[in-house]
Amino acid sequence: MTPGQGAAPVVRSAAQPVARLVELEHRYGDTLAADRVSLDVPAGCMVGFIGPDGVGKSTWLGLIAGARKLQGGRLEVLGGDMASARHRSAVCPRIAYMPQGLGKNLYPTLSVFENIDFFGRLFGQSRAERAHRIADLLASTDLTDFADRPANKLSGGMKQKLGLCCALIHDPDLLILDEPTTGVDPLSRRQFWELIKRIRSRRKDMSVLVATAYMEEAEQYDWLVAVDAGQVLATGTPAQLHERTGTRTLEEAFLALLPPERRGEHAPLHIPPLTAGEVVIEAHDLQMRFGDFIAVDDVNLQVRRGEIFGFLGSNGCGKSTTMKMLTGLLPPSRGEARLLGEVLDARNIDTRRRVGYMSQAFSLYGELSVRRNLQLHARLFNLSHDEGDARIAELAQRFDLVPVMEALPDALPLGIRQRLQLAVAVLHRPDVLILDEPTSGVDPVARDHFWELIIDLSRKDGVTIFITTHFMNEAQRCDRISLMHAGKILASDTPEAMVAARGSGTLEDVFVDYLAEASGVTLGIVDEPAQDSGSTIPDADPALLSADAATSSSGSRVAHFSFARLLSFSMREATELRRDPFRLTLALLGTVMLMLVMGYGISTDVEDLNYAVLDLDRSTVSDSYTLNISGSRYFLEQAPLESHADIDHRMRAGELAMALEIPPGFGRDLARGARPEIGVWLDGAMPMRAEVARSYVLGVHAQTLSEAITASTGARPVPAADIAVRYRYNPDMRSLIAMVPAVIPMLLVFIPSMLTALGVVREKELGSILNVYTTPVTKLEFLLGKQLPYIGLSMLNFVLMFVIAITLFGVPFKGSLLAFFVGALIYVTATTGLGLLMSTLTDSQVAAMAGTSIGTLLPAIQFSGMLDPVSSLEGVGAFIGQIYPTTHFLTISRGTFSKALDFGDLSAAFIPLLIAIPVLTLASVLLLKKQAR
Amino acid sequence: MSSNKGLLHNTWHLGMKEFHSLLGDWTMLFLIVFMFTISVYADARAKPESLHRASIAVADEDRSQLSARIIDALRPPQFITPQHVELADIDKSMDAGLHTFVLNIPPNFQRDVLAGRSPAVQLNVDATRQSQAQTGTGYIQNIVNDEIRAFMQRYRAAPAQPVNLVTRAMFNPNLNQSWFAAVTAIINNITMLGILLTGAALIREREHGTIEHLLVMPVTPLEIMLSKVWSMGVVVLLASTFSLQFVVKGALGVVVPGSILLFAMATLLYLFAAASIGIYMGTLARNMPQFGLMTILVLLPLQILSGALTPRESMPEVVRWLMSLAPTTHFVSLGQGVLFRGAGIEVVWPEFLMVALIGAAFFGLALQRLRSTIGNM
Repeated sequence: MTPGQGAAPVVRSAAQPVARLVELEHRYGDTLAADRVSLDVPAGCMVGFIGPDGVGKSTWLGLIAGARKLQGGRLEVLGGDMASARHRSAVCPRIAYMPQGLGKNLYPTLSVFENIDFFGRLFGQSRAERAHRIADLLASTDLTDFADRPANKLSGGMKQKLGLCCALIHDPDLLILDEPTTGVDPLSRRQFWELIKRIRSRRKDMSVLVATAYMEEAEQYDWLVAVDAGQVLATGTPAQLHERTGTRTLEEAFLALLPPERRGEHAPLHIPPLTAGEVVIEAHDLQMRFGDFIAVDDVNLQVRRGEIFGFLGSNGCGKSTTMKMLTGLLPPSRGEARLLGEVLDARNIDTRRRVGYMSQAFSLYGELSVRRNLQLHARLFNLSHDEGDARIAELAQRFDLVPVMEALPDALPLGIRQRLQLAVAVLHRPDVLILDEPTSGVDPVARDHFWELIIDLSRKDGVTIFITTHFMNEAQRCDRISLMHAGKILASDTPEAMVAARGSGTLEDVFVDYLAEASGVTLGIVDEPAQDSGSTIPDADPALLSADAATSSSGSRVAHFSFARLLSFSMREATELRRDPFRLTLALLGTVMLMLVMGYGISTDVEDLNYAVLDLDRSTVSDSYTLNISGSRYFLEQAPLESHADIDHRMRAGELAMALEIPPGFGRDLARGARPEIGVWLDGAMPMRAEVARSYVLGVHAQTLSEAITASTGARPVPAADIAVRYRYNPDMRSLIAMVPAVIPMLLVFIPSMLTALGVVREKELGSILNVYTTPVTKLEFLLGKQLPYIGLSMLNFVLMFVIAITLFGVPFKGSLLAFFVGALIYVTATTGLGLLMSTLTDSQVAAMAGTSIGTLLPAIQFSGMLDPVSSLEGVGAFIGQIYPTTHFLTISRGTFSKALDFGDLSAAFIPLLIAIPVLTLASVLLLKKQAR
Repeated sequence: MSSNKGLLHNTWHLGMKEFHSLLGDWTMLFLIVFMFTISVYADARAKPESLHRASIAVADEDRSQLSARIIDALRPPQFITPQHVELADIDKSMDAGLHTFVLNIPPNFQRDVLAGRSPAVQLNVDATRQSQAQTGTGYIQNIVNDEIRAFMQRYRAAPAQPVNLVTRAMFNPNLNQSWFAAVTAIINNITMLGILLTGAALIREREHGTIEHLLVMPVTPLEIMLSKVWSMGVVVLLASTFSLQFVVKGALGVVVPGSILLFAMATLLYLFAAASIGIYMGTLARNMPQFGLMTILVLLPLQILSGALTPRESMPEVVRWLMSLAPTTHFVSLGQGVLFRGAGIEVVWPEFLMVALIGAAFFGLALQRLRSTIGNM
């Protein structure tokens, strides 16, 4: 291990500390993550925070980075108070923060280059500067060849290097790394620390704060803070800590520092010899292809009962894929995997009962409490209530989960979550345990506990264990190990035999040797710190770099609003959208499809109303009367009615919209002038249809009478007055002309708002929101930046719909095109803003989608005047209708389409639309938080 | 036999898990409550009558007793008290969309009527507001005719109509729109939540990697799917029944002649269909943003073209045929039958059957897709 080895410890005690914690307090519910901590962190050196999981290390680092909101006490970073927003935004460009978790702050669909470029833009670097810096960073991290690879296709080690590049793009004065090498293989880990060392040799004043679970790494730091239970146990250089505790390794030193009651009974592990039984896991020529890419190639292995089989290899070499094939999760492309002699079949439920699997990424329910997660799994594995509860209590004890049983895993540190996952994996006492990096991110003490358990399971219960790890001391404990690289097994033997065969000192050296050989990496500098100045990176133009440094420090006064930062978010969002062609297609083709369906489908013409006649007269007069109705295009005659009960029945069944009853003696009464009465029954279940039917039948009735009079008297009766109806704007009352201009505003609220609805909440749910917390971007820039690409896409939609309207539907456009276009632009800005507002309001993507659906469908369809004018509404509906953007754009759309209007005529509709934009944006800005709690 | 027991057992526990997840999402809970209470109420109250507060203006050039009488007859709640406009301003006020109707009574109208010259009043209708234009025109024509007839009767006996036409509306005598709106709103909410909750729950499991975990356990895709269907189904069923009982019957005071129990059973069946559609979409979409868009693309036609907004009779044949494949169409027709017309199972069983068949088809499709794609999730 080499971090910091080159630079002599440069702890300048007199210098101003980079961070000063005074009585700092932070709690999550009942858990204290910072218990009145007072600490001065020295500047210009490498400071390590060591301690078990969940004692508060990550919280402290998050607070120092400004990503978390201060709860109590005082915190000064880089000479100012972090409680002050002004100071935070001033020092933000000088701090870089890499959160815990592989690639947590990266954008998975963006390429390596685009990821770094995005951060460069956020810090306002020019194109030339970015190009230079990125080239430099890529070269020094060996990522140059992968510049175009999307981040989600990178191995864990590469992701961390990329994360580091993103953090270093702006030459920070303070670099904060939260468990940067957790889950990274030894070779990549060495490369990572080498990189840090080189960077530090170039920027000597940079302070680096690291939280780590690797005590060997911490051994090399300049200054250490031992943390436990939200408090500082001790500080000092590693040498000082050794001296104080009289121990040789840091691991021992830390244990000695712990209060006795926290220490537990920690004894060196004892591994009883293995008495191996029959073959349990067997793989023959196992191969897995993904398209052209061979992830796993010809893997052969045998594992016996009770054996602990270690599976080692660099990140992304195919270990996880092999394990998935061994669990039956993934059917192999070729070859076969056998479990206890039977070929693995993913559909065989019984094999699943015999296998316990723990995947690399956390895959339990973050929204369910620890207890509920355990209970769910107990039930699914068919444990009875009592049995399950007993087992859960036992596991909670054994895995030290008792204090967190009611907590949500999402709120727990990585190490504890891993313990929970393991508890779940062994819950049903499987024969075989397949563990994919179970101890990644788990602290040393807990790791030893964990291994005690594994050894116990193996030796006492005869459980076969198949495990991957990046910790060499763990590999050492395995009965046999295999080394994998690029889908192939390089070597397979007992750890001792491997070391002996290779002749190098430790297993780690063997590992690094093998991998370096296989991948052609030279690691010469590792053993020769003197080579520092002449290291492999072309140390670029020192003048240029110092000039950069000068500009970035003098330019550290952050602009209040930067268009460049805004655009960097827009570009990123647009790239992500481009990488998701399915979504793009849905947005564009979906609009076209909906336009067609709705344009043709919504029709308020009521035609073909089903009706039937109950003719109790059965005379020629009643016949001729009913003939007039059946001749109307509005009505469709059904089989005649038999009785009143029949009316009731058929109306109830919804078969008839209208029933006519002609009374007995109708013809006779008419002839006598006795004014017989015809009864009409309308189906009131659909009031609108009933109204229309009523007006139709009254019209037909009046016409029939006047025709009868004409026939008998030979002259048309003269009405007292004539009502001349002029249907304006749409003289033929064509549904299309009325509906198409209304469909455009509808679709321009649903789709644009849904496009932006997940914008913020998705980043919250997946973690990349941290970049907003820790970079100089303002809330307004972030929101507008996200909105911009969707405004563009929505305008494209608009143009598409407009073209369909005038060509395919043939709806004449009479007014000002410019007014319509400008109106649409303002409108989609408001509707995309509405989606963003929903996104900032909600905590889950599901809620954001539901909220957006409710917030758009109801007001737009019912309250905006699509069918009924807003002026006809009452109550809340009328109020919403008056302020809702769709109402006003609908006026603009109908006005320009059918009424030949221009800006001047429509100013009353433009003004509320224009007001909606700042109101929505302001609401989003106010609701968005710039720090986590 | 034992696998059947396992199926029920796993489905039950996985479903309970969904409940607990939902209980943790306060915003979502709030939205569900909001949708089935305030939203339904506001929607129903917005427009109590099918012709309600139609805005009308009158350009009265006659200023006679008769014209005053006509104007006076156009009154709330059907109409907003008519505004007077000048002849010259008719175009402007209609362009601005201020009035749907402008009635123009010409000079000497009353004199000409009494003289039997049959003068014409002009009714300008904003035909871009088609629905109101249609209903309102008929109303205005009737009102004008009635007023003229009544006015004339004071001067000479007007000829009586030889046949009287008496119209009555069954099930909803006053053609009260708010009943209709409230039930439509509930149906729309059921559709939206049924699809959204289940589909999103599936994608969430995928995005958080939990589906992989389920797959190494003795759980089958069928159980995963059934658990989501039943749990979300129960949530929506409870919410909708509550809404019907307390918002529609209670707060809105709607007299529901039909059996709420029958409707609840239909809802359960329909939710099975909607949830299956949601799962199917969840297997098609690769991430939540895609699913969000798909939801809108599916929800819109379901809400607008299922007969809940405008009558199906007036839709083109193709659309009508396509929509007959959607369970919503049958559910809407079933809901109207049960809730408004008090229809029993003997009347609405064909719709029940259709919803069940379509639901089963979607469930089968979704299950098949889930089985074939689940490995790559």
